Amino acid sequence: MRKFLKKLGFFICITLAAIFSLAPFLLFVSSAFKTQTQVTAIPPRWLQAGSLEFFHSAIARHGILQYLMNSIIVAGTATLVTISLGTLAGYALARLPRRLAQMILMGILACAMFPQIAIAGPIWRFMRFMGWLNTYQGLILPYVSLTLPLAVWILSLFFREMPEELESAARVDGCTRLGALMRVILPLSAPGVFTAAILSFIYAWNEFFLALLIMTDPLKQTMPVGIALFQGEHTIPWGEIAAVSFITTAPLVLMVLLFQRRIVTGLSAGAMKG
Amino acid sequence: MTRKDQSFFLTLLVPVILVLLLFIAAPIGQSIFLSFHRIIIGLPQLKTPFVGLDNYQQLLTDPVARHSFWITIIFVATTTFFELLIGLLLALMINQHFPGRGALRACILIPWAIPTVVAAQMWRFLLNDAYGMVNYAVFGSETSHYIPWLAQPATALVAIIIADIWKTSSFAALLILAGLQVIPEEIYQAAKVDGAVVWRRFWHITWPLIRPALLVALLFRTIDAFRVFDIAFVMTQGGPADATNVLQLYGYKKMFVEGWMGYGSTISVCIFIMVLSLAIIYVRMVGRRLLEASV
Repeated sequence: MRKFLKKLGFFICITLAAIFSLAPFLLFVSSAFKTQTQVTAIPPRWLQAGSLEFFHSAIARHGILQYLMNSIIVAGTATLVTISLGTLAGYALARLPRRLAQMILMGILACAMFPQIAIAGPIWRFMRFMGWLNTYQGLILPYVSLTLPLAVWILSLFFREMPEELESAARVDGCTRLGALMRVILPLSAPGVFTAAILSFIYAWNEFFLALLIMTDPLKQTMPVGIALFQGEHTIPWGEIAAVSFITTAPLVLMVLLFQRRIVTGLSAGAMKG
Repeated sequence: MTRKDQSFFLTLLVPVILVLLLFIAAPIGQSIFLSFHRIIIGLPQLKTPFVGLDNYQQLLTDPVARHSFWITIIFVATTTFFELLIGLLLALMINQHFPGRGALRACILIPWAIPTVVAAQMWRFLLNDAYGMVNYAVFGSETSHYIPWLAQPATALVAIIIADIWKTSSFAALLILAGLQVIPEEIYQAAKVDGAVVWRRFWHITWPLIRPALLVALLFRTIDAFRVFDIAFVMTQGGPADATNVLQLYGYKKMFVEGWMGYGSTISVCIFIMVLSLAIIYVRMVGRRLLEASV
């Protein structure tokens, strides 16, 4: 009996945790599949016959595909650049003498702690000076700098696990140093590279503050800016906002479902070692 | 390691260090520089005169800034407290072995993974004064009783706090989970054999062992909460009556809406100094040990 009660109590806790995490979000995005009158109905209408009216309107009337493409270009490129540069740096940090690597890593990590507003004004002025406001590179470059610290950290942790003998062996076989990194170390640390890439991508995909400053032209704006500034003619267009939120979130939810384990290890990499 | 090796590895670091210098370190330096000048975007003919500490003096006597400071402190304190509490509970749950654990972990990760602006729009929708589900949950179909949560100063602040707690508790949970996972199962078995009940096991085994992870989570969350912007921007635009005008939002408005680049930089430098002080405490308390273990 006691055992049963314990099990029941635990089950209730788990259910509550799942409801806490999911219910508000499901209530919101379900609006995307309703019709105009159902969205604002009291009492709420639970999902009846699904309607794709709002998706159609978001795409046809509000040009959401352009925002989606901007997001893919910006977040995708930023992730690629971050991983390329981060791999070199993470590898170097894993091989340099401990004390030196520690000091450098501390400096790199410190960069991740600063509030974005402390860099916003000068970055905006710099981009204006270069003529890069409303350009992809104007947003990609700051994103690279903001995602690098965490990526370098995760990558250096993974490269440390690779024994140095692997590289020596590869070099005896005639590989250059970079060749050894690319052909031997990198394939073996694919899980680490992948984790760093997922986390960088999610950050760049979701970032709003800098995107708001740098992309003032609707043709260049990313999804978060589109969602935040979504305007209707008279009322708040909740159905369209929910539809666009659904489109923005779907790839992230998919990533979480597929790579839950990697994300958990990646994010807790730091705390675990403490 | 030979000298040649060392210089090779240092070369590999050059691109990253360049990017960080150019897009993080230099801008911070320039923000400090700008904070001593009067610069108005859109009025370049006024030039950018050096005004010494004028902006800082103005900041000290600016009632809106003072209000924003206290709002931000309240926000940081309450969100951090509840995020750690809920994060701890969630972490204890997902650390257990049970069928469907992976599914629950994925559920819990969803609020963390979605963009903050989506979470903010979601709460804005749920808290709507005419058809929001929160009002429906509280008052049923009595629409005349419905409360405009985001239009009253006190409830608006609570609303952005709740939105942030919902969004970020899972991140705190992951950091704490990392601490839980290093506790070997055998300790619990031994304690069980000795007849220690659940809360005693928690208090004497779990608590002391996860304190370092909790500390990491605490400092990560405090530093991050100081940078709150997206939630307030989308849900309330800082209103009503500046009730949710958090510091980063105030700095943004001064700089990019009103065009006071110099004064806005002063605000951002002050936020920077607050976060930096916290970061230094962070490094003092856990950083060294953390880095020694990881690098």
